[in-house]
Parts: sequence; structure tokens; C-alpha cells
Amino acid sequence: MSENFEPNVVAFLCNWCSYAGADLAGTSRIEYPSNLNVIRVMCSGRVNPMFVVNALQQGADGVLVSGCHPGDCHYMEGNFLARRRVALMRELLNFVGVDERRFNMSWVSASEGAKWRDVVKGVVDNLHEVGAFTEFPRKKIDW
Amino acid sequence: MSSKPKIGVYICHCGINIAKTVDVEELTKYAVKLPNVRVASDYSYMCSEPGQLMIREDIRKNGLNRVVVASCSPRMHELTFRKALVEAGLNPYYLEIANIREHCSWVHKDKQEATAKAKKLLQAAVAKVRFLEPLQEKEVDVGAAALVIGGGIAGIQASLDIANAGFKIYLVEKTPSIGGRMSQLDKTFPTLDCSACILTPKMVDAASHPNITLLTYSQVESITGYVGNFQVKVRKKARYVDFNKCTGCGLCAEECLLADRVKSEFNMGIGNRSAIYLPFPQAVPAKYSIDPHSCLFLTRGKCGKAPKCVEACPAGAVDFEQKDEIVEFKTGTVIVATGFDVFDAARKPEYGYSDYDNVLTGLEMERLISSSGPTGGKLVLGKGDGEYVPKEIAFIKCVGSRDKSTGNEYCSRVCCMYTAKLAHLVKDKLPEANVRIYYMDVRAFGKGFEEFYDRVRREGVRYIRGNPSEIFKRNGKLVIMVEDTLTGKPLEDEVDMVVLGVGLEPRRDAREVIDLLRLSQSSDRFFLEAHPKLAPVDTAIEGVYLAGCAQGPKDIPDTVAQAKGAASSALVLLSSGKVKVQAQISWVNEPNCRGCGYCVEICPYTAIELVLVNLMGHQVNVARVNGVLCKGCGACVAGCLSGSVQQKSFMDSQILPQIAALGGKL
Repeated sequence: MSENFEPNVVAFLCNWCSYAGADLAGTSRIEYPSNLNVIRVMCSGRVNPMFVVNALQQGADGVLVSGCHPGDCHYMEGNFLARRRVALMRELLNFVGVDERRFNMSWVSASEGAKWRDVVKGVVDNLHEVGAFTEFPRKKIDW
Repeated sequence: MSSKPKIGVYICHCGINIAKTVDVEELTKYAVKLPNVRVASDYSYMCSEPGQLMIREDIRKNGLNRVVVASCSPRMHELTFRKALVEAGLNPYYLEIANIREHCSWVHKDKQEATAKAKKLLQAAVAKVRFLEPLQEKEVDVGAAALVIGGGIAGIQASLDIANAGFKIYLVEKTPSIGGRMSQLDKTFPTLDCSACILTPKMVDAASHPNITLLTYSQVESITGYVGNFQVKVRKKARYVDFNKCTGCGLCAEECLLADRVKSEFNMGIGNRSAIYLPFPQAVPAKYSIDPHSCLFLTRGKCGKAPKCVEACPAGAVDFEQKDEIVEFKTGTVIVATGFDVFDAARKPEYGYSDYDNVLTGLEMERLISSSGPTGGKLVLGKGDGEYVPKEIAFIKCVGSRDKSTGNEYCSRVCCMYTAKLAHLVKDKLPEANVRIYYMDVRAFGKGFEEFYDRVRREGVRYIRGNPSEIFKRNGKLVIMVEDTLTGKPLEDEVDMVVLGVGLEPRRDAREVIDLLRLSQSSDRFFLEAHPKLAPVDTAIEGVYLAGCAQGPKDIPDTVAQAKGAASSALVLLSSGKVKVQAQISWVNEPNCRGCGYCVEICPYTAIELVLVNLMGHQVNVARVNGVLCKGCGACVAGCLSGSVQQKSFMDSQILPQIAALGGKL
């Protein structure tokens, strides 16, 4: 692995908790690595496992899904659906030889700006260890 | 896609908040080169009037049909910019925001890194905006009526407020009379108002209000529909007494063969009633009903030669042929005020509640001490010749509250004060009695509570800190085993009577209400509010509100305050007469749908149903989304096996380009 490898992470954040938590990190000027870019969805339950494979195919080295804490979902149970899908998807990725640290899930509430920093740092640090993603053939699709 | 996208990109400096760490000029130059971008400009404050004007003029001049704003969080100004689009004649959903402040300039220090990230975020927004589709915001009418479930003080107060505002109320109560738990109380703390005296006028108001339809001895069978448009079905149980003929004179009850032989629910089983009965003297409506579970004629088909109540009734109101009746109506909103049950003290067997007659619960004590109770307010125990006046009386607090062994970790909030009040009433009736209260903590947090607690102690009530471990009988006396935790000494306290300060629990029939409305429960099993702080009377279901102890333990003032809150929330809907529904909802591409029903199972709002349609000459099942019930979470989209369910503004075809833009490093 080259010394100056910087991983590229795509993150799916639910609008009500995690996206707001990341906003709070900003309002509180909490610094964290710039390797992670956010896609806003209304609920973590919207995240299709296909998105994960797609992100890896299109150049991401890791994916993060973050939602409300269990029991706090704005849509009652969407984060539980996300949790199940993530658990299955991680096993599947593992099975096909993808390090499961490439796919992470976290619970970050709207009041946890500092936790958001810790989550981002954790994901990025892990990916520094895991290295660049080379397992799938990568192809940029122009939608 | 409607027309070829012509995108305008607007980059905000936010003073120096963004411009300090993101090179906005470079970003603007970068933006112009992105596909389909016609215009890219930067400005110090995009959200200001000149900033918005810039967008509006560009839309008009350059014929833009998509707008990307790179600025602060969409949670901040998405609505502001949507309005700007509308003013320029563009659909407000042709907007995408790149969050380059909260997610970029404020959290990164290195200008190069931050600019590179801002470019990516902007690129992703441009990628998505090309595929956005126009959406229509719909409004639905709100039916000018409300259903209130539960006729306790919460339900009564909410009903009166809404009815006084001029809207129709259906107040449904399960038992034969409204009044609820408050009607069972003797006095209220800390003011010692007579509970019935302050409640009865409100009960009468509710019953006589022209806007309130009172449905007592009735149960809600089903609620279908959605905010503004609920269809309600109520079962009016047969009273076996003609409601219009009964004058409430009570001659029937006197003649009933079971007179004084059926346990009275109102008196918590320490007094009796007859099979044809009025729950309590001030009951509203003052109409008798026959208890089908105890009436001899209804259970065995035979009661003496002929049922005496029929003969006794001068109005000829008794009617054993009466059947349950189904009432249906429509309402715009629903208020759930179903109240609580007291903790079943038998679940703490160490306190001997099931074994000893002189171990009572707080609510039984209320009835015993009440002048409308079975003893007429005389504090005596035992019956007939065995009647005696207790001299040594102990209260035990936190029975079934703050107790993990019973599954109730919460504090019931009323027991500290109601035991203090009962202790005061005991001292009032029996000044010679020795009263002590065993407690864990004394939580006298409300207005006038601490003063009342002080007063009770001055009256000679002793507070002993300790949680009794056991109660047993010795030489005809109850012995309380307890450690005084302030002195560390074990005590054996011999008393004549123990009152258990039982806590409040969710109603044992709460499940029925949950199934009616798909309400959620919090970990304490009470109904869950939409937000514990900022939406304490709302639920996750739009148009459904909570009032009173159904949401959690409360005293009367808090219950009334919350009932008024729920009424005001309901009135916001009722008085505007319209409610906006989400535009970014799910929809089904029916020709692709395979009708598996997986999305139906996933949806927490029952917004999706399978319908039979004719597709190319075949009758097939397809999923269909109810646009009013759908809240736009998108869980069904991720679950759809064929990709035929999509969420507007968050379609796969809109998110995938975003992913491609952010992936970008190949």
C-alpha cells in the first residue's frame, strides 16, 4: 500500500438524525477528515444494498450508512430494516472476498456532532489499514 | 425527462464562512464545465434578497429549468430557495443543494482539501438535479370532527375545548359513565379539593354540549383512513335498558336479586352493587345498565319467576331484547386519552395483598375514605361484628414503580403526593391514629407539593426511609419487616392496616388501541409521543394525538394541560380545514410490479396495499401507494425486488448518478 493512500468514502445519512448530527459537527466547528462525502436520504431504510456495490464499483473504497439510534427512527422502524440489510450485505461482501470493514453502519443522533467526527475518523482509519479497493473491476458509469 | 436540463449553479460565500476555506472562484469555474450547466455564479449571501433575485432573473433570462445551490445545509435553506424557484415559475422540486458549509468549510481547515471536497459535493448535486422531476404538493380536506377515545378528565377536557371551538366531537367511553379515574378519587392533592365536586360539572358540560356526541358503554371497533379523513366504527354495547326511557331513579337496582352482591368496579371491589346498576351516584349519563356477566336472567335465562327489575321500572325501560349497535362516522383527527391501570399489587406477593384484607391499594383507600364510598367515608375495616377502627396505619410507597423486578423502572409521579394526601385524610378522620410512610425518596416537585409534604409531617405523619421486605400476620397484627436506611436499624413494625402506594401502569387493554391505530409504545409500554420534548402530544401518525396518562404517568393538572395541548393540535388541523401531504413519496411502476407484497409488509404506515388490476388482459396484483398515508421514508423502495417502487426525489435513477459522482476516483 502506498504511503499517501487516501481512501474515498461514500456515506448515506438519514435526514433526521445523522445528517443533522453531521450538520451539528459543522455548526460546532468539529474538524474531521475530508475523505467522506455524504448523500442525504430521508431514512437509512432507503439505502438499497445495491448502492453499496455500486459505490465500490464506481471508485469508493468504503461505504457508511448512518441512521437514528434504534428506537428513535423518525419513520418508526426504518433503521432496523437498514440494520438487517447491512448485516446481510456485510456477510455477502465477506463471502465474495471483500473486507467487511469497507461497509460500516453507525447510529448518530442529531445531538451527536462529536460522535459523527469519531465515526468518520474510525471509518477512514480502518480504510487506511484495509487499503484501496481492488476486488471488483471498476467502471465509471455515466448515468 | 420533460426537457433537456439547463442548470444554474449558485455558490454562496456565506460571508467568509464558506469563502474562507473553499476557493469559491475556482469552484465557480469548475461548475461551468459540468454537464448541462448553463450558468454558474457566486455571491456573498445567496439566501439574501439580491441572491435570490439573481436566481430568479437567471431562470427567466436563460430559461433555466434546474437549480443547484452550493451553500449551507438543506435543512437550513431548502425551503427558502424552493420559494425562489416558485416565484420564478419553476417547480420547487427542481432544486438540489450541495452542503458545502456544515459538511465542508466548517469541518475542514486545509483550503485545498476543502475545495476539492466542495467540487465533489457540487458535482454530485449537479448529477442528481439533471434527473429530478417536478412534484405537486397536494392538500387534503380535514373532516370537521374529532374522535376522542376515553372519557376521563383528559378526554373530557380535550372534547370540551374542541367542541367550544365549534367542531363536532365523538367522545367514546368504554364504561357506562364518563369520569374515569378522577371520579374515583376522594380529594386531590395538594389543594384538597373534592375530586367529584370539581369533575362533575365538567362531566355534565360534556354530556349536554350541543357539539359533543357522547358514546358511553361503547368501544371503537375500527379506524381506517388517514389524517383529515378517518372512518370510525363504534360498537355501542347493549345496556338492556332503554336509554331514552330510563330516568335513573334506581328502583330497579333496589329490587335486583343480586342487590349488593356484585363487586363494584367503581369501588375497586371493596363495595358491592346490583346486576342492574349505575356505576356511581354522579354518573353521566345517569342511566342504568345491566351487567351481562352477573345478571341472572342474562347468564342463566332465568331470574326468579320473572326479572324483578322489569316490574320495578316505572318507565318500562328494561329491555332484555336489546342488541349491540354499530355506529359509524367520519372524523378529521383522533385524540387517544385511554388512561391507565393501577399496578396489580398481587405481583408483589411479599406484601400480602392477596392474603390479608387489611392490606389495601391506594385507590381502594380512596374509595374507603370517600364519603361517597362503601362505608360512607368512615375509616373502618372488617365487616359486621368484626368491624374495627385501625389505629396503627402504614403506607408503603413505590409499589410497582422504580422497581425493575416488576418491569417498571419509571417513577409514577403521583404516589408520593397521593400517599401524603391519604395520610393527611387519615389524620383528619382519626387524629389518634399513628401514621407512618415507608419511602425510598420523596419527590414533591410540583406547585405546592413541598409545602403540602411539610404540612403532612407537621400533622404528625412519620416518614421512615426504607423499602419493606415482607409483610406477614402475627397475633392478628400485620408485621412489616423493614430496615430504616437512615439509622441502619432493622425494624419490625406491628400495624393494623397497610396501604400500598401502587404506581400507574399502561392499561391492560392497551393492545386494542395499538391495533386500532398502529401506535408505538415507549420502553415503559405507555404510548410513544412523536418527540419527547418538542412534540409531546403528537404521535408518529399524523392527525392522532395523545392526552393524559395513556402517554405516561401524570397528575391531574398535567393531564388537563396535555389534554388542552392535544385539543389545540387537533384544532390547528380542524380550523385550517386542510392539511398538506408529503410530495416526496413513493409510487409504483405498476407494469413492473410483480405483486409480491413485500413492500406492503415493510411499510410502517400501512400506506401500500395490493390491488387487482387488468394488465394486458390479465387480472394481476400490483402494489399501490396511498399518497396521503405515505410519509416518504423510502423503506419500501430499498426492499422492492423488482425496483418498481420508487421514491420521488430519491429514485434509484437520481441517487446512482450521485454515487457515481462521489465515487469518482478511478
